[in-house]
Amino acid sequence: MTEGITFYAIFFAAIFTNNILLTNYLGMCSFLAVSREVKTSVGLGMAVIFVMAVTSALNWLAYRYILVPLDLVYLRYIIFIVIIAAFVQLIEMIIERVSDSLYASLGIFLPLITVNCAILGVSLFMIIRDYHFLSSFFYGLGSGIGWALAIVAMAGIRQKMTRSRVPKGLAGAGITLIIAGIMALAFMGFSGMIKIS
Amino acid sequence: MPVQALLIGIGAICGVSTFLAILMVIADATIANYGDVKIKINEDKEVEVTGGKPLLSSLMEQRIFIPSACGGRGSCGLCKVKVTSDAGEYLPTELPWITDEEKKDNIRLACQLKLKKDISIRIPEELFNVKEYLAEVVSLKDLTYDIKQVTLKLINPDDISFKAGQYIQFKVPEYEMTAEPVYRAYSMASHPSRKNEVELEVRLVSNGICTTYIFEHLKAGDSVTINGPYGDFFLRDTDSDIIFIAGGSGMAPIKSILNDMADRGVERNIVYFFGARSVRDLFLLEEMKELEKKLHNFTFVPALSEPQLGENWKGETGLITEVLDRHLKSGENVEAYLCGSPGMIDATKEVLIKRGVPEGLIYYDKFG
Ligand SMILES: Cc1cc2nc3c(=O)[nH]c(=O)nc-3n(C[C@H](O)[C@H](O)[C@H](O)COP(=O)(O)OP(=O)(O)OC[C@H]3O[C@@H](n4cnc5c(N)ncnc54)[C@H](O)[C@@H]3O)c2cc1C
Ligand code: FES
Repeated sequence: MTEGITFYAIFFAAIFTNNILLTNYLGMCSFLAVSREVKTSVGLGMAVIFVMAVTSALNWLAYRYILVPLDLVYLRYIIFIVIIAAFVQLIEMIIERVSDSLYASLGIFLPLITVNCAILGVSLFMIIRDYHFLSSFFYGLGSGIGWALAIVAMAGIRQKMTRSRVPKGLAGAGITLIIAGIMALAFMGFSGMIKIS
Repeated sequence: MPVQALLIGIGAICGVSTFLAILMVIADATIANYGDVKIKINEDKEVEVTGGKPLLSSLMEQRIFIPSACGGRGSCGLCKVKVTSDAGEYLPTELPWITDEEKKDNIRLACQLKLKKDISIRIPEELFNVKEYLAEVVSLKDLTYDIKQVTLKLINPDDISFKAGQYIQFKVPEYEMTAEPVYRAYSMASHPSRKNEVELEVRLVSNGICTTYIFEHLKAGDSVTINGPYGDFFLRDTDSDIIFIAGGSGMAPIKSILNDMADRGVERNIVYFFGARSVRDLFLLEEMKELEKKLHNFTFVPALSEPQLGENWKGETGLITEVLDRHLKSGENVEAYLCGSPGMIDATKEVLIKRGVPEGLIYYDKFG
């Protein structure tokens, strides 16, 4: 654990300076696929925030109380993925049960999230960086917000872009990746303000 | 001790997985289990189905068929049903299809509404008349380079009663392009009097699931499943003059209506505008000539928007809207029936209204 880092520093760092999408380029596939409309990307963003925050806490517990005592740290990849998948599945069932409209706006994105590498990335980073429980939770929450921020910004740009003429060879994923690169450059402006690793 | 470490590793994975699996099984049996739910239809009939599935497919299992042209994807807006019990809020997927008026009446899309508790619905009586038919393909004939005439013989049940102009749903089984059966709407081009046969006119949509199946996989002798009849695109029993407007496969229901009028000896003034691009898009010209002789006062007006130089076209040219605008002097005492692409229908509807045809007397089937 790096000395002197409080969980709210970690929280803000995860949103801006160490944005998981724009500095680590994780969670790209859903970022490219679901960033066509602001409305749907807000839905996906919300789902990611929720799942990242909760799974980082769950995985931290599993790591600390199952993997470390049994000396099975090398199994973290498998265990983390299984926990994330089961959690997402469970949440999907619960949302479908309690609210149709929440299901229609959030639930449909949950299956997409199971395979989102940013979720697993958050769990792995928190272990590497040796965060406490609370720090891990806020790191997950911040990363989720950062990811949501990036995808909503991208969707806003892409929505505007439907009216501009993109060269044929660049249309679709090509131009989106270029924009993501420029956004990443912009976010680099935040770097150095807070350090978390 | 490597063996022991390995065993602990395996044990841990099994332990965690088993725990989660048991959790999922419990969740599946509790959270995701909606038990049996009852559907009360028109206050008298009651059926029991497994909960958790959409109303549309649950009713279909009970052999009650609600119209649907998109097969439940929420993209046709045809599967509207009036719900008389509380069924929760509207879903975002339903809203584009539901007008404010319909909201007050609690009209829902049956394909989007998942059954979680008992429900009461009201559907038109004639839907009980809708059946599923097993049929055999008798022939497939090219009408143009992209329109095929598909003739089906009904096997079980072996006869269908429908009003000229109505449509059936064609079931596409799973094949390369679809992992599950899908349904698409096709108007019947056949006479209602030929009860053992259904004829369709299908236009190829590039990369379309159903049309690719019909054009590339279907052969004479194959068995197919259809259900129907549906729709309120049929001739109203009045004395007004009639205008038909169609493009492409929109010919199908109008051909059926015309033949039916000829059979019944209806004496009304009829003009039929048929829009196409060039001569190679025209078909059934002979049959239309025959009908001009058989019917009391019927004119067929084919119009080409892009006649090719070599084709030597002597008939009307221009967009169907322009041709209609030239021909139709007044919309007084006129009833219009339109069939074809949504774009064509919206555009021609505008011209008709401009000429004074009341909106309520413009009937149409959008093939979208
Ligand atoms: C009441 C009703 C009656 C109909 N009657 C007939 C008929 O008699 N003859 C007939 O050929 N069709 C008819 N249609 C249209 C038909 O139901 C299908 O929509 C059409 O054949 C395409 O199905 P598909 O599975 O091949 O394409 P899909 O796999 O559903 O669609 C593939 C792509 O093509 C687009 N598309 C869908 N339909 C069309 C279209 N009609 N024109 C251009 N692009 C389209 C879709 O947006 C999609 O991007 C009718 C539709 C309705 C609602
Ligand atoms: S079946 Fe097409 S919208 Fe419901």
